[in-house]
Amino acid sequence: MENCPSVKNLLLLDSEGKRVAVKYYSDDWPTNQSKLAFEKSLFAKTQKTNARTEAEITLFDENVVVYKFVEDLHFFVTGGDDENELILASVLNGFFEAVTVLLRSSVDQREALTNMDLIFLCIDEIIDGGLILETDGTTIAGKVASHTIDEGAPLSEQTITQALAAAREHFTRSLLR
Amino acid sequence: MAQFVKKDDDLDGEEYSPFLGIEKGAVLQEARVFNDPQLDPRRCSQVITKLLYLLNQGESFTKFEATDVFFAVTKLFQSRDLGLRRMVYLIIKELSPSSDEVIIVTSSLMKDMNSKTDMYRANAIRVLCRIVDGTLLTQIERYLKQAIVDKNPVVASAALVSGIHLLQTNPEIVKRWSNEVQEAVQSRAALVQFHALALLHQVRQNDRLAVSKLVTSLTKGTVRSPLAQCLLIRYTSQVIRESGMNQAGDRPFYDYLESCLRHKAEMVIFEAARAITELSGVTSRELTPAITVLQLFLTSSKPVLRFAAVRTLNKVAMTHPLAVTNCNIDMESLISDQNRSIATLAITTLLKTGNESSVDRLMKQITNFMSDIADEFKIVVVEAIRSLCLKFPLKYKSLMNFLSNILREEGGFEYKKAIVDSIVIFIREIPDAKESGLLHLCEFIEDCEFTYLSTQILHFLGIEGPKTSDPSKYIRYIYNRVILENATVRASAVSTLAKFGAMVDPLKPRIFILLRRCLFDSDDEVRDRATLYLNTLGGDGSVVETDKDVKEFLFGSLDVPLVNLETSLKNYEPSEEPFDIYSVPKEVKSQQHVEKKSQTKKPSGLGAPLPAPTSTTDAYEKLLSSIPEFSNFGKLFKSSTPVELTEAETEYAVNAVKHIFDGHVVFQYNCTNTIPEQLLENVSVIVDASEAEEFSEVAIKPIRSLPYDSPGQTFVAFEKPVGVTSFGRFSNTLKFIVKEVDTSSGEAEDDGVEDEYQLEDLEVVAADYILKVGVSNFKNAWESLDPDCERVDEYGLGPRETLAEAITVVTNLLGMQPCEGTEVVPKNARSHTCLLSGIYIGNFKVLVRVSFGFDGPKEVAMKLAVRSDDISVSEAIHEIVASG
Repeated sequence: MENCPSVKNLLLLDSEGKRVAVKYYSDDWPTNQSKLAFEKSLFAKTQKTNARTEAEITLFDENVVVYKFVEDLHFFVTGGDDENELILASVLNGFFEAVTVLLRSSVDQREALTNMDLIFLCIDEIIDGGLILETDGTTIAGKVASHTIDEGAPLSEQTITQALAAAREHFTRSLLR
Repeated sequence: MAQFVKKDDDLDGEEYSPFLGIEKGAVLQEARVFNDPQLDPRRCSQVITKLLYLLNQGESFTKFEATDVFFAVTKLFQSRDLGLRRMVYLIIKELSPSSDEVIIVTSSLMKDMNSKTDMYRANAIRVLCRIVDGTLLTQIERYLKQAIVDKNPVVASAALVSGIHLLQTNPEIVKRWSNEVQEAVQSRAALVQFHALALLHQVRQNDRLAVSKLVTSLTKGTVRSPLAQCLLIRYTSQVIRESGMNQAGDRPFYDYLESCLRHKAEMVIFEAARAITELSGVTSRELTPAITVLQLFLTSSKPVLRFAAVRTLNKVAMTHPLAVTNCNIDMESLISDQNRSIATLAITTLLKTGNESSVDRLMKQITNFMSDIADEFKIVVVEAIRSLCLKFPLKYKSLMNFLSNILREEGGFEYKKAIVDSIVIFIREIPDAKESGLLHLCEFIEDCEFTYLSTQILHFLGIEGPKTSDPSKYIRYIYNRVILENATVRASAVSTLAKFGAMVDPLKPRIFILLRRCLFDSDDEVRDRATLYLNTLGGDGSVVETDKDVKEFLFGSLDVPLVNLETSLKNYEPSEEPFDIYSVPKEVKSQQHVEKKSQTKKPSGLGAPLPAPTSTTDAYEKLLSSIPEFSNFGKLFKSSTPVELTEAETEYAVNAVKHIFDGHVVFQYNCTNTIPEQLLENVSVIVDASEAEEFSEVAIKPIRSLPYDSPGQTFVAFEKPVGVTSFGRFSNTLKFIVKEVDTSSGEAEDDGVEDEYQLEDLEVVAADYILKVGVSNFKNAWESLDPDCERVDEYGLGPRETLAEAITVVTNLLGMQPCEGTEVVPKNARSHTCLLSGIYIGNFKVLVRVSFGFDGPKEVAMKLAVRSDDISVSEAIHEIVASG
């Protein structure tokens, strides 16, 4: 593992530094308290910087952190002291772009909270146990947003109740639309 | 419509959240919908989202709750809703079920693993591999191998990444997949290639030849993904490190690294540039192309790129400052960078690469910059300036001015302390800087808000001030403190005044006047100190103690550990009998306290570290000289580190320190009684010196009483021929009288039983006669010694795993101080030179240059060159090595 580019955490915080969604992949922060403390001091340190047009970067507690702010959302990606900064930046960029696509360009905290499931799935598609799965924003979003009934399953395999439930679901959705 | 809704919500203010007031109990209740016969996928998804949200906010589920949720969730596999299934996968990973629970979902997950839907396959693999154990893994191995070569890249990546994780727990199984992985390395999909390469390398990482082959074939081919390319660069530099020393001249694979500097992806260019700068023994010709691309990055619009470049150049500047000077102009423009990390890195790089002539210009630029950065960065800059000044002592004026200027500006404690420490170091190291430095400090305490710094500076002034050409000019500054400051600082100022009085006779009458004024101070500590000093200095007309006593009293250190003094004072009950400082035990509880003591003893450095060995020796010296039997042994040459003579967790814990004098050796046994029911009395160590012929026992100092858990020390002294390095082995037996203690009352019985306790042997070896003393510039020191006193010889050290191990053996054998960080062997080096320095008994300086190299497989050979003040000492060192 030591040679492989790895990510220690992905953080999505709000304008007050509170958690929207976070995911840790390293044992550096064993308890929730240490995680919260990390988020708090990181937020305090980066809050005043202008990371809106270009991603910014800082050294923090022996870690390299790249970050970008949009509206009231703060995106962070943390990697080890020795990590290639540009790789971390590409992860950050994928994270940020995927969220932008998923939230249909209105990237803010409210929209993120309403679509929390998408955010969780998105984080899951970017990093798996610290290893980079995908860094292309559109691809990540594409993997997250395939929200349909599993049409690949043959009808014969479905029980009557399942088929009914599926039909009902279809029906209500089309009504709601 | 959507627009409308949004506006409405805006009125609700910032607090809007679908999770507002979310509560664990309620959500767990809601999770019952998972059990509905007719599932509502939408609602189920929402509930899972809420559960995930709770976990994400740091809420934790009890074992029972987690199991409950897990079982409910497994029911959701019935639903065919893709979105819901995704959420099910997620929550299973978050709940990390126990192995007996896993069984319930494995069949569902295995079905998904073979589904026609790519998304199912990919995710089921990731989930299953996360929760699987060894036996189950063999069952699904077949599917995983298939998945690795799946035509869908997402599925292949999922299997490969899972493989990387599984390699940690089940390496044997994963290693069987290398054919499939090898095929995946050739994949057209960028990320599959990346993941496959990572896994393949990890499977083979212990096989040097295989890695080398892998690198050779891939560096020729086309690796598409930038991430995979970065990996390949890392593996390549690893191969270079391992094979580097064998080939002279051209470095293998350097061309590949250099070609990566022209790659189109920035991350690859940077990875390659960084790899080149980190090559061991990199030449300036090899460095140039890498520095050039990094220089281009310095002017990029992206902060990340600038940061990466400047950080790498900063590291290069430590080893190859000249290679970086080309970038100085770009670097200077970064001083005003928005990103303060970048600006600070730029400055510290410039300070490292700068030459004497550019110092002044640089200081001007930094002055503008200092006002708008945070304290933590300022501290970094101050430290860089400190080392710059020690490098160019002639420039101390402008650097000192800079420091005194920033000292006057706003700043927190740590920052101010860093500046004060730097000035103190200048005063110590650069004689010319003394007077101006002291005056800067004086001006600083005129307006210093930190009591700690004020008192420390006053103390320092008391020591250094009287030695200057005109001590009287400091009196005003010090007395001002007495008028204006808080009680702590006033008391400290009174002490400083007294020191001036003691050291500078012409000032005495004036000091007396000032001290007498302090007698009316509102604080009793200040009054007490003034009275005390007036008394000792003779200001109140009484009989003056001898000059030596006064100075010893004022400048000497307290010879009891502060911790012990504190405990004794707490235990002292007010009575007719005055507190007796000699009743305070001088023994320290453990080695840690010894160190603490020696630090507290010398606060003059404002916390600046002093050479540790001398101060520990100091502490021991005090201790030994307080024992009359040993007082005529002369000066203590060396005290060893404590040697444990008992196993951990035995009834009695004993360790020993060897004190070496010119004609004597004293063993100090630190004993601890770890049995609460026992009181030991008359504790001593019986030493059998039959295997140490040149030593004869002269004195034993037993411990009168050794209660539970309070360490005591017993000593045994030996005489040995003066100036001869005598060696020997000593066997030790602890002898004592045991008395039973009633733990409830704490009283010991009157009658005791005599008992013995066998201890490990103690040896006096060559290293005990050599002091670890470092030199700052080994080359100069080496050349200053007479080449005629040099002795060179070669030795074989036999099989050793690493060079580092060989170095440890030799340094321990000789007991000398490695210099200039040469005790660290670069990774995979085939040869290494270590520089050692020390003082041989009789005060002979000894320098040793040892070159190690592998001579055949694992056989280490060593060339030892010794120079010293005396040829016989050089020979003695060789004798030690030859017999060691």
